[in-house]
Amino acid sequence: MFEVRIHGRGGQGVVTAAELLSEAAFAEGWHSQAFPSFGSERTGAPVIAFCRVSPTPIRVREPVMKPRALIVQDATLLHQVDVFAGLRPDGFVLVNSAKTPAELGLEDLVAGREGRVMTLPATELARHHFGRPLPNAVLLGGLAALTGLVQLSSVTEVIARKFPAKVAEGNIAAATAAHHQVLAEMAGVVEREVSGAAAD
Amino acid sequence: MTEQVKFYQVGSFAVGNRLLPLEVRSIQSDPGRSNALTSGHRACQGCGEALGARYAVDAAMRGADGKLVAVNATGCLEVFSTPYPETSWQMPWLHSLFGNAPAVAAGVAAALRAKGREDIRVLAQGGDGGTVDIGFGCLSGMFERNDDVLYVCYDNEGYMNTGVQRSGATPPTALTQTTQAVGESPGNPFGTGKDVPRIAMAHEIPYVATATVADLHDLEAKVTRAMQLRGARYIHVLVPCPLGWGSASQDTLKVARAATQSGLFPVFEAERGEVSAVSQIRRQVPVEDYLRLQSRFAHLFAPGREEARAKLQARADRNIERYGLIGPHTEALPGPAEDNPAEDSPHEEGTP
Amino acid sequence: MRLQIEGSQAVARAVAACRPHVICAYPISPQTHIVESLSRIVKSGDLPGCEFLNVESEFAAMSVAIGASAAGARAYTATASQGLLFMVEAVYNAAGLGLPIVMTVANRAIGAPINIWNDHTDSMSQRDSGWIQLYAETNQEAADLHVQAFRIAEELSLPVMVCMDGFILTHAVEEVDVPSTEQVDAWLPPFEPRQVLDPDEPVSIGAMVGPEAYTEVRYLGHLRQMQALELIPQVAADFEAHFGRSSGGLVRPYRLEADGKPVETVVVALGSVLGTIKDVVDERRANGESIGVLGITSFRPFPMDQVREALAGVRRVVVLEKAFSIGIGGIVSSNLRAALDGLPLEIRTVVAGLGGRPITIASLHAMLDRAVGEGGGLEPLEFLDLDHDLIARELARQQTGRRSGPAAENILKDLGAVRATPF
Repeated sequence: MFEVRIHGRGGQGVVTAAELLSEAAFAEGWHSQAFPSFGSERTGAPVIAFCRVSPTPIRVREPVMKPRALIVQDATLLHQVDVFAGLRPDGFVLVNSAKTPAELGLEDLVAGREGRVMTLPATELARHHFGRPLPNAVLLGGLAALTGLVQLSSVTEVIARKFPAKVAEGNIAAATAAHHQVLAEMAGVVEREVSGAAAD
Repeated sequence: MTEQVKFYQVGSFAVGNRLLPLEVRSIQSDPGRSNALTSGHRACQGCGEALGARYAVDAAMRGADGKLVAVNATGCLEVFSTPYPETSWQMPWLHSLFGNAPAVAAGVAAALRAKGREDIRVLAQGGDGGTVDIGFGCLSGMFERNDDVLYVCYDNEGYMNTGVQRSGATPPTALTQTTQAVGESPGNPFGTGKDVPRIAMAHEIPYVATATVADLHDLEAKVTRAMQLRGARYIHVLVPCPLGWGSASQDTLKVARAATQSGLFPVFEAERGEVSAVSQIRRQVPVEDYLRLQSRFAHLFAPGREEARAKLQARADRNIERYGLIGPHTEALPGPAEDNPAEDSPHEEGTP
Repeated sequence: MRLQIEGSQAVARAVAACRPHVICAYPISPQTHIVESLSRIVKSGDLPGCEFLNVESEFAAMSVAIGASAAGARAYTATASQGLLFMVEAVYNAAGLGLPIVMTVANRAIGAPINIWNDHTDSMSQRDSGWIQLYAETNQEAADLHVQAFRIAEELSLPVMVCMDGFILTHAVEEVDVPSTEQVDAWLPPFEPRQVLDPDEPVSIGAMVGPEAYTEVRYLGHLRQMQALELIPQVAADFEAHFGRSSGGLVRPYRLEADGKPVETVVVALGSVLGTIKDVVDERRANGESIGVLGITSFRPFPMDQVREALAGVRRVVVLEKAFSIGIGGIVSSNLRAALDGLPLEIRTVVAGLGGRPITIASLHAMLDRAVGEGGGLEPLEFLDLDHDLIARELARQQTGRRSGPAAENILKDLGAVRATPF
């Protein structure tokens, strides 16, 4: 079972992100479960959503305690809420930010997880591709690349189905761009790792 | 099925059918009436509500071509009309709870509409307690949704069935078991209470009317008028309660008439928030004539209570002003500065 | 049709497939998505012959359902928590009148202190009302139970409450084979009321009943629920035959045998937590422990015989409940004790998940380790993950003076404005 946890603030589409991810997984033939951990509708409050993907039916209902992948949609949460609690050693992290992990003070996190902790300027990508600072679908494009959990095409198909045409178009473009950006960065990291190993 | 229908003499000028052409005689005088609230119920002697309900429901049945469903709130009418294991109702009748008659009726109307049976009409009934107080939220909901229900409130100005306690319809100074005639301001305090007909008007529903058992033709006519309309309709009927008001059981019509003729209870119709017709006073009486008929106001005639009586008269005068209750045909009282002999009225019989 | 869909949406579609005539509801978290969805379905014309009423309170919602049902309409409403309490007078009224209304209760805690998250306090508070109470384990079962509920209700002339965990199920997106209108049309007969407000055959419904007959009328209500004990499994079986999957019924045993004998320990629970419990039990079975699970689907009527049959021969029963009766303890466990009267087994109550506190695999393992361990087992009544320190601090505060302040706020202050862990 692959467990994802998404952190953000109310109004950023955190819950929708988890749902989209679960629908993409379902479309690929997986069993999937997505659910929120939040309360009364309130913009700006910390929100968490969860998504599980599994080849077998999912019965468990507890919150994701040991995520294999983490998405942080709002970097202001990084030092306010313990977003990394329970992150597996082999876990992936994708943070919505134009800064690097080092600039965000995440060196300890990266240690031992080379190539699996990335930042992505998803809000900027969103603004660029469809004029609104909504990073949720964009980050899913990045997650697909980072983890290989789902195909990009599954993500974009779900976006096309769930959103009105105009909105979908921009989100798909941004998610695709995010996907390619993460892939490129992963290739660069592999290169650095390879060359680093070679240098040892 | 043939049925023995009994005729009742209800007062020579209240119904006066024999002198009228057939087509304007009251529905109650018609042996072919539905008799929906039939005899055998357990109402008190002189109960204004039993009288009013009998007229109102048969008029509603007539207006619905006999296809009428009644929803009744808990209260006097419900209790005395269905003493287990009997029922006085010769129509489909549902009693749910005290505070939900308007909502239950809305549900019945919705069901009939969903099933394509809008030919069947819905009547909701409740006392003042179930309408003005505990049912008020549901009443307002029914109004604002414009549910297709005629709601009739039988107002005896208190919770009578439970032993005469004060409601939001109890008039100021009235004695009840929870507003005793003791202390500096005996009886129900001034400055409390609700005017539900006006609140109904504020919802701008198709039809609002007030009526009393003193003019039963008028009551029937208003129910008939209401049944010609669709949407939320409200009729507020003053029904004296000899037990709760401390009036003689044979004085029920007299008491109701004094309420209207003093101006204390204005009789009018309104459509979509605007008063459309008014029953002007025929022969005005001072408020005291009304008060003296009921021992719930007896304490107002102790020394030192002039101010309270004057305030009640002021309330009546305000209604007269507001609704234009005095017109060219009114035998009005002389002004406040003059003496006010009322003993030459031939219609006032006896003393309380 | 197999969809990845939010629980609330699945339920709304299942209810719509049953062709209700009147839907009425007042919004309350976490039921809102159900009624919003139904409102849209009706308004867009996808459910002809259905009236949707926006009512002014939950009390009005149940009252509208009462009027509609008495007039011969298939009636539905939904609520939770405070809303259920607000309509209690009408809840009892509906059962007493024998009206086959179906209502979703999106299980949520009850205040004070106000709390919008899941537990079973709301529906448990109405266990005596005369309503049939069915608890869904998954969103698939939640959707299916509504379809079964209309059939059960209308056959018995009793209202049915379908309970599904608020947020945990209502707001979870998962796979549901949503019953279609065509499927339901072929399975759920049209509503034929036992009593109806009909001008052609007038009756009086709702008369006062005195001491001479009240007992008999109430006993009849009990008798009808006892009939449900037979009907519920029949309906579930018939549902399976037609829809091809197992949903509903009275109880759901899971791995109650090991090596051909009853297991030593059984965990009993209602609702969605059963999923988590089954994962825990599978892990423990893999480690050689003799343990199983009994889910109770029908809480009212309480399946005494089926529970007794399932648990006879078991050594230890741990009842995990999401509500409790202040002043005595477990509710489900008290009901269970009646069913297990005389059997030589140990019953322990673990109250968990109150106010939405997550029930985690780790906590369940720790609790079960103690239950089966050498250290004397569990206390008769335990509260999972109770923070004793917080309690001690509040008690100490109350000792220091009269004006110790509101207890809930004091405890929240102790917890701090921003918690160290996200949940």
